[in-house]
Amino acid sequence: MTQSLVNSDRLRLFVRYLVLTLIAAIFIFPLVFMVMSSLKPSQQLLIDSGSLRAFLPVGDISLDNYFAAFQRAPVGLFVANSLLITGTTVLASLFLCSLAGFSIAILNWRGKAFVLSAILATLTVPFETIAVPLLLMSSKLPWIGMEGLELGWLNTYRVQIIPFIADGLTIFLFVQYFRDIPKDLVEAARAEGATWWQVYYKVLMPLSGPIIATAAILKFLVMYNQYLWPLMVVQEEGYRPVLVGLQYFFQLNTAWGEVMAYLSMITVPVLVFYLFLQRAFIASIASTGVKG
Amino acid sequence: MANKTSLTQSNVSGWGFALPAFALMVTFIILPFFFAIWFSLTNQRLISPNPANFVGLSNYTQLLSVGTILLEPERDEQGAIVRTKDGEIKYPRLRKFTRKNPDYPNIQGMREWFSWQTGPNDEFKRVILAKDVVFIRALKNTFVFVLVVAPLQAGLALMLALLINQKLRGINIFRAIYFMPVVVSIVVVAFLWRLIYDGNNGLLNNLLGAISFGWIEPVDWLGQPSTAMGSIIAMSIWQAVGFHMVIWLSGLQTISPTLYEAADLEGASKWQTFRFVTWPGLRNTAVLVLIVITMQAFGLFAQVDVMTNGGPLDSTQTIVFQAIERGYGKQDISGGSAISVLLFLIVLSISLIQRYLTRERHA
Repeated sequence: MTQSLVNSDRLRLFVRYLVLTLIAAIFIFPLVFMVMSSLKPSQQLLIDSGSLRAFLPVGDISLDNYFAAFQRAPVGLFVANSLLITGTTVLASLFLCSLAGFSIAILNWRGKAFVLSAILATLTVPFETIAVPLLLMSSKLPWIGMEGLELGWLNTYRVQIIPFIADGLTIFLFVQYFRDIPKDLVEAARAEGATWWQVYYKVLMPLSGPIIATAAILKFLVMYNQYLWPLMVVQEEGYRPVLVGLQYFFQLNTAWGEVMAYLSMITVPVLVFYLFLQRAFIASIASTGVKG
Repeated sequence: MANKTSLTQSNVSGWGFALPAFALMVTFIILPFFFAIWFSLTNQRLISPNPANFVGLSNYTQLLSVGTILLEPERDEQGAIVRTKDGEIKYPRLRKFTRKNPDYPNIQGMREWFSWQTGPNDEFKRVILAKDVVFIRALKNTFVFVLVVAPLQAGLALMLALLINQKLRGINIFRAIYFMPVVVSIVVVAFLWRLIYDGNNGLLNNLLGAISFGWIEPVDWLGQPSTAMGSIIAMSIWQAVGFHMVIWLSGLQTISPTLYEAADLEGASKWQTFRFVTWPGLRNTAVLVLIVITMQAFGLFAQVDVMTNGGPLDSTQTIVFQAIERGYGKQDISGGSAISVLLFLIVLSISLIQRYLTRERHA
């Protein structure tokens, strides 16, 4: 009697894990396919995709596709561009949005209610709806550079960075977080003669690790995965980010092995990063749900 | 300095700290938004020697005008219906009515959208026309996409969340795997799935062939109008469902464990526990998940751009794809802006519905 009970419990547990594993296979198979294919010659890749061999490192395995990808396109340049654009935007965004969040959450000033409602209103404006007018604006905006005043931001780094620094969600996350910090801390610092700037960077920011991580991860994902906007504003190779660089691999006859190598190169580092910081990634997505 | 507001009252610091971010948002979000409205009322182009003129709502009427006409079959002298060799009823050509025909001012310049047979003996043909057939199709496709993806993705995400919410050893590993596609760019995902959907040697065809022992013929998933949108829908759900699973999970974790203990003591079945404990606790999360999915789904662009370019036969045209194709591809800023404003109005009405729904729940 007890024996069969134990068995049915075990069976139930086994079924649970089986279901979980099968679902996991659905989510992971294209990624395994990508990495395995990147190691195979294009010819073999296409034949292998007819069987389970598609997911196994079998046959003629080498890193040739990776070398070929570097030959075909300035991969290093694209990766450097993406890292530069993403890194600058994330840092600037953390600084300016936390500063604005601090001002809104802690300080009282004339016009604050209006500014906050304007910021929240932007949450209902999808980027896609402003991309077209922003394109026209960007073609005419002034900039003071090395050669004095110039007009037009197309084909630059700044057109990929500056418009994305401040956004409603990031500011809102900081506002919410700062509001929950005990007021006594702020008042004590003020009583000791700290300026508001000191309250911000000596008292509040050191306590803000979790929200900084959340904001950084969300911004990183948005910026590293930019596609539509750079497609519109960057025609010169020198300023292209990784996803727009993909176009190099789809010329007359597509070398799928190289495509897979390139896709792996731009995706796997992010996945590894994600697996290490899994909790933080998932917590940051969950926090976007708080606004409801 | 006695009361609390004066302690934190500082107009100079307040504005000073908020201004850099706020100024950027005004310049790059709020201003372009008002520009979109303004451009949509003009004939602005990206590069043009002539200044733009105000044209009122004509961009919108151009996009949204639809009309209808009832075609009567052609008849010979005896009054019998003329048929083609294949036995099809012959109708007068649409052009006769839509090109410079003063008797039909409402349908000038329109093209056929779709039609059906009507009348007592099905001898008439009712034709629905639109001025901008491609945009009307894009509008329809986007709504189909949203209406299929929103409930399906929300439902699947909830099922995954319930599955992941079990107390099992190693459950975090599964959670991490289910969430993985969210971290990968939709562009990369779309490229991968192009190979999976390939008509000749695609993984999907091979898999279907293998499990049906060759009964299922290979399908060119992205190459035919009947399957292209469905393929994009399936892939989009695969990529984003983990995102919404996480939002459901955080909703699940707000439900007090004592409620579950109480349900257990009462001897509630699993379904009863879900129906009377879990689901009521998830109502606000449900509204949120649906709204977020809907707003994301209306922005459908990258998948289409990478996989189908709007084809075949416009079956995967979408609102954003059209906005970009016109505003950027054809440098028609005004047309692209008008589409953008329409998209905004749609998204806005949906977030207003959200407010209405959540308000009612709190009452």
